[in-house]
Amino acid sequence: MHWLVERRLHQKMNELIDYVIVSVVLVAIGIYGIVVKRNAVRMLFALEIIANAANLNLIAFSRNLSNAQGQVFALFSIAIAAAEVAVGLGIIIIAYRLYKEIDVEEFKSMRG
Amino acid sequence: MADPVFVGIAVLTVGSAIISLESRELIYGAIALAISMLGIAGFFILLDSPFVAMFQITVYVGAVAVLVIFTVMLVRTQALFSKREDKGRKSAGFVLMLILMTGMGSLIIVSGINTKTFGSPKSPAVDFTAIGKQMLTYYSPALILLALTLAGAVIGALALARREEIAPKNERTD
Repeated sequence: MHWLVERRLHQKMNELIDYVIVSVVLVAIGIYGIVVKRNAVRMLFALEIIANAANLNLIAFSRNLSNAQGQVFALFSIAIAAAEVAVGLGIIIIAYRLYKEIDVEEFKSMRG
Repeated sequence: MADPVFVGIAVLTVGSAIISLESRELIYGAIALAISMLGIAGFFILLDSPFVAMFQITVYVGAVAVLVIFTVMLVRTQALFSKREDKGRKSAGFVLMLILMTGMGSLIIVSGINTKTFGSPKSPAVDFTAIGKQMLTYYSPALILLALTLAGAVIGALALARREEIAPKNERTD
């Protein structure tokens, strides 16, 4: 942990815009994944990347405004994302059982 | 402008996010996604919020990654999906990604987000006792609802993935 304290003393502060730019890049990658990929699990990966970019934004703004509510909201967001992953993977497993396939373009009769 | 630790974590996060979408094997993609989430947790530590970072590591790298890896093992399919993506859609998605990146990035750069309106990185860090206080006073109904939502989601996922649930008449033969 000593290097962390050392770094904290001599660091150049990272500005808010650096984190926002990283977040924008992650959102763009996630949208690319959702548009291009046909594998349902990979689309779920892309959703996770977008959710994490949003969390990064929340924490960055919370740090700069020194406001605890951003962190509370990020915690809620992470927990909700975990629930969403559980349900999404359950749906993928049942779709695989029905179609023997996780290609979303093969799910032609989702109407039931 | 930014310090080398930040640049390193940014490269790790963005690079493994790309690998998680573009790797040939799905299981390597799942591992790369876990590494990307670890990079996000590193950002949280740089932003002086170690509590959220530990929560992120516990939930994403611990629970979600293991869940995804198990699902990938369960739905192991012999087809390689990268072969069946058509080139037109892939290049269109790439162009869309570049447009989003440059558009939103330039919008943020010219928006003057670094002026005093949004505070400064030198403002005092949030103490994590403040998080606990907020959660148990102002946000306590939200916390209870969140617990109910999580329980409902987990029970729903279990009910979805149960094997006896599928009647033979719903089974598709094609």
